Amino acid sequence: MMNDIGLFLQTAIIMGTPMLYATLGEILAERSGSLNLGVEGMMMTGALAGFLVGTTTNSPLLAVLCAGLVGAMGSMIFAVLTVSLKANQLVAGFVLTIFLSGLANLIGSGYGNSTLPKTFTSKISAIHIPGLSEIPLLGPAIFEQSILVYLGILTAVVLWLYMNKTRFGLSLRVVGENPSFADNAGIPVTLYKYVHIGAGGFLAGVGGSCLTLLIVPRWMESITAGMGWISIALVIFALWSPARAVFGAYFFGALRGLVFKLQSAPITISGKAFYIPAQILDLLPYLMTILVLVLITLGKRKENRPPLWLCRPYFREDR
Amino acid sequence: MISIQKRSAVSLRQKLPKQAVAILAALVVGALVILLFGHNPLAVYKEILSGALGSRYSRAQTIETLVPLLIMALGVTICYKIKFISIGTEGQLYIGAMFATYIALHLKGLPGPILLPLMLLASVLGGGLWCLLPAFLKVKFDTNETLVTLMLNYVAIKFITYLQYGPWKDPNVIGYPVIPQFTKNAILPDVLGIHAGWIIALALLVLTTVMLYRTKLGYKITVLGENPATARYAGFGTMKLTLLATFLGGGLCGIAGFIQASAIENSLTASISGNLGFTAIVVAWMGRLKPLPIAGFGLFVAVLIQGCAYLQISMGISHFMANVIQAIILFFILGSDFFINYRIAFRRAGEVTA
Repeated sequence: MMNDIGLFLQTAIIMGTPMLYATLGEILAERSGSLNLGVEGMMMTGALAGFLVGTTTNSPLLAVLCAGLVGAMGSMIFAVLTVSLKANQLVAGFVLTIFLSGLANLIGSGYGNSTLPKTFTSKISAIHIPGLSEIPLLGPAIFEQSILVYLGILTAVVLWLYMNKTRFGLSLRVVGENPSFADNAGIPVTLYKYVHIGAGGFLAGVGGSCLTLLIVPRWMESITAGMGWISIALVIFALWSPARAVFGAYFFGALRGLVFKLQSAPITISGKAFYIPAQILDLLPYLMTILVLVLITLGKRKENRPPLWLCRPYFREDR
Repeated sequence: MISIQKRSAVSLRQKLPKQAVAILAALVVGALVILLFGHNPLAVYKEILSGALGSRYSRAQTIETLVPLLIMALGVTICYKIKFISIGTEGQLYIGAMFATYIALHLKGLPGPILLPLMLLASVLGGGLWCLLPAFLKVKFDTNETLVTLMLNYVAIKFITYLQYGPWKDPNVIGYPVIPQFTKNAILPDVLGIHAGWIIALALLVLTTVMLYRTKLGYKITVLGENPATARYAGFGTMKLTLLATFLGGGLCGIAGFIQASAIENSLTASISGNLGFTAIVVAWMGRLKPLPIAGFGLFVAVLIQGCAYLQISMGISHFMANVIQAIILFFILGSDFFINYRIAFRRAGEVTA
């Protein structure tokens, strides 16, 4: 029983990791006032790019890096359209997802049967920390994970510091809340938007590559299966904070893990079998996100609300 | 120094050449992508056109794609008019279809001329309520409607899947779980070789146009969207008006769900929308929230979708290529809007413009 729960927690954290990266990225974009609905597409191109580079170079570092770069390149389409050409963010994001997922599936169609080299998987699979990983319950979840999992947590910490403890982070907030004020204060609004949309794309790409390099681990058609959309939900669930994103992602990861578990067997509590339909669990993340959205608008704390200028184009000339 | 100036009014004559250039540029970029994947771009483009417009059958298919697209685009337009930025078209379509399906499965003894209107009304109710929920949250708590409607799409789709695997599963079908097929009286009949949904779409196009531009309600909606303070001052009852407009907008999307379930799928599945809901949002924006341009742009997109779908059959090109081509064209049109609505002025530093 203890072992089971330990393994479950370990899986929850692994499953949450791609979403964690994508969520952290989308937090950056949204904090700059850009609701980029292209996450699903950027994750998918990242997944494919990471896989292709991984199989050819056998280097995890290069694979993850290229996945991020491809994601960032995709996000630049969104940035040019919405920041420079003032196009509607929702439309641009939707079309970006259609474009990138189409492109990834098109290019990837020939690689469904390829696998990563054994030496690659051994480089990226869970690090077994002797002693600590034997701790019951939490041991495997915390001390027996892939480097990608630890890197995800590290990214969250770095971003938290960046957003809350640096001048750049403060400026970023101002850009998302009130771009004309930021402009008057001499903050380069356009540059901030481009950089953070790009960083968002990079992290979405890295998140996607976790699927093909670590979790699945191979390329499959439409591999992200809605994870990008859940990540957008997670941004809200985490109230636009990198620290809370970690817990949110693992929590949603646990829900997803549960969905897979329930498809094979019911939960048994003291001998009684409980059938919870997997589809109902599947919709829980979205329902809970709506609840969180309502709760934060009920609450008085302003910093928990969506960035004021989210989804609105900024016309410098309208100041 | 470069400055960007908003053009005050844009005439069709100013607009069309620029849009033509955008589409041309998109076709060129699309051609490069098609070439990269080893196909002949000209042949592909020719197939798209003939696949969408080449025969009586293909034209009927294109219209059948246009029907839900147009109805949903009109629906979100009503929402957008009052600045209720919903992206919940997919969810509203599914809940509308679900309500219609409930009627179709439980009152199947009724004759078609009674059953079908009942299904239509049910779908309005379903789609309308699904849109009313985020509207209520917005007027009551000021909850961000864009994010809520996005989430509600997935709630609706997962819930339909749940019905399909659970309570609504057809007991007579062994193996894969499906919701029962509709009886014949619950299926929209064909009129002139195309299912009757096209009549509904046409009627809704006229009704929405009249409602928006010729009625008091439409006037109030416009005022509320453009100047909420004025609307409040004029005593429009802005809360009630918001709820009414969103109900209507969602209701239209629900009708699209009824049509897809009844005429296309003859049942309810979690894939009846074929992502048309999201495309409808694109169409509504591209048509600048005006019914006639929306219909025109909707037709253009329907031709693209139908023609691209045909590529798979005629040339064996993956349907993902269709997505890529569509997206490239939409990117360019989206980008061209900027050059239509803004003037880029170059001036020397220090010079002052009026």
